[in-house]
Amino acid sequence: MNILEVEQLSIWDQHSGKALVHDSSFQLRKGSCLAIVGESGSGKSLTCRALTRLNPKSLAQSGKIVFKGIDLTTLSEAEIRQKRGKEIAMIMQNGMSAFDPSCVVGVHFRETLGQHLGWKRRVADDHMIKAMERVMLQKPVELLRKYPHELSGGMLQRMMIALAIVLEPDLIIADEPTTALDTISQYEVIQQFLLLRQTIGSSMIFVSHDLGVVRQIADEVLIMRSGEIVERGTTHHIFTNAQHEYTRYLMATRATLSDHFRQLMEGS
Amino acid sequence: MSIYIVKRMVLAFLLLIIISLITFAFINLSPLNPAVVVLQAQGIPDTTEELIRQTEQQFGLDRPFFVRYLDWGMACLQLDFGHSYVTNQPVWSTLGPAFVNTFKLTLVSSIAIMIVSVVLGVICALQVGKKVDKTVRGIAFILTAMPSYWLAALMIWYFSVKLDWLPTSGMDSYRSYILPVLIITISYAGIYFRNVRSSMLSNMNKDYVLYGRASGLKESVVMMHILRNSLQVAISIFCMAIPIILGSTVVIENVFAWPGLGSLSIRAILSRDFPVIQAYVLILAISFVIFNAISDMINAAMNPRLRNGL
Repeated sequence: MNILEVEQLSIWDQHSGKALVHDSSFQLRKGSCLAIVGESGSGKSLTCRALTRLNPKSLAQSGKIVFKGIDLTTLSEAEIRQKRGKEIAMIMQNGMSAFDPSCVVGVHFRETLGQHLGWKRRVADDHMIKAMERVMLQKPVELLRKYPHELSGGMLQRMMIALAIVLEPDLIIADEPTTALDTISQYEVIQQFLLLRQTIGSSMIFVSHDLGVVRQIADEVLIMRSGEIVERGTTHHIFTNAQHEYTRYLMATRATLSDHFRQLMEGS
Repeated sequence: MSIYIVKRMVLAFLLLIIISLITFAFINLSPLNPAVVVLQAQGIPDTTEELIRQTEQQFGLDRPFFVRYLDWGMACLQLDFGHSYVTNQPVWSTLGPAFVNTFKLTLVSSIAIMIVSVVLGVICALQVGKKVDKTVRGIAFILTAMPSYWLAALMIWYFSVKLDWLPTSGMDSYRSYILPVLIITISYAGIYFRNVRSSMLSNMNKDYVLYGRASGLKESVVMMHILRNSLQVAISIFCMAIPIILGSTVVIENVFAWPGLGSLSIRAILSRDFPVIQAYVLILAISFVIFNAISDMINAAMNPRLRNGL
């Protein structure tokens, strides 16, 4: 059963009329993880934001986005707002800039939980603290009182995952969640994503240009290039039997990079 | 935060000492012998050597520079800025009331400037690129381009002379404030609202706004976060506008015959009344330092990242 069906999604700039994403259709099975891979500017993030209509007003979109049987494009602003966060949660690329710099991070969690579940401060904090312990964050009570600049990108990313654990969304959209992290934090965050899928059984769209990460986490892969889907298939298929020239190019680049890395390591 | 406040106050105090020293030194660098100025100001035509020495002794001008500076500094702390060379009156007795008058005008104007800047800035940012935004920016551009004395003359002619609604000059009741405040507001708010607008616009494109929306927060809640971050600019504007207006009301005060610092300082400069000039410069410098420190502290309270900057 598909939890999400995107049909002929197009996104274009209203001023210049330039097409940014062209006629892309894809499906997401319930409980599975779809990776969208492509270079910067290929329309990955635009596609993700278009799902909950988060792109700026200067960008227009057309096409159907059927989520759990409802076409999200027909909902009113208030109706789609109730879905954002609660049913479709987003994990941002850069934790350091994802929180209001003038508030302690706890404020965002309280506001979000208060908005969706009507929880008061105490209840919201209690749930957040439990979820933060599950994503292996030390001293959660103190963390909630910290400002974003006092925490690391990896910690903030795990806090966003913790919020998703509390809200139990049906779909999680992670927009390049590991790009801004160092290798060790990347590994930890990926572990948390795997755990997150196990715990709440949500479906996931994972945007990345890191093929190593994609191989670990995704069931299916979608390759995008300049606003169009050029290839799709199961992770195994894409990694072993890519058909499209561009996909093979991506694989080859990755191979060159890792070969070079291996040479360096062996050389030392 | 309290550590920041203490540090900031120490810094402000050091600045004040440096400023007072520079003020005092500059006045002393003037090629004119103050004793001669005193005698001339008092209308004595023949300034003999002996008379000059006598005057130097009388005003303590024969002592070393640092002794005079310390003496002057300590006296200033007690609002004793010495005696005017021209009138022989204590400086504070004329400067004090003038300062209060100018400060009243400045304070009312700054509040008006802040309200107008924030309201227009927010409206334009929300309507960016639309008719409202373009119209407001266009009108503001024309108004700020007009010289304030000309605008003042026009308004006096229209509102005071033709319609007879408001007094033409003086400082009698709250109605005297309306025109000067209006003109000062027009000349400053037209510039400052752009800062609020651009600060709002840059905040609206930040990641935290996207994450807030993506988390399903109401537009009003997201807007409060944007405002919270954008208003730091407005607070800096407000605090820095006060000393700037204090020092630049000369034109407006002259047009409206406002009994303030502007007209007083012009007279003092023309008659080389050193103690009055010194006191005037010092008061302006002090208000710059004080309001700058206040603005820094409020900003640090609102933006925690700034607290580590000192």
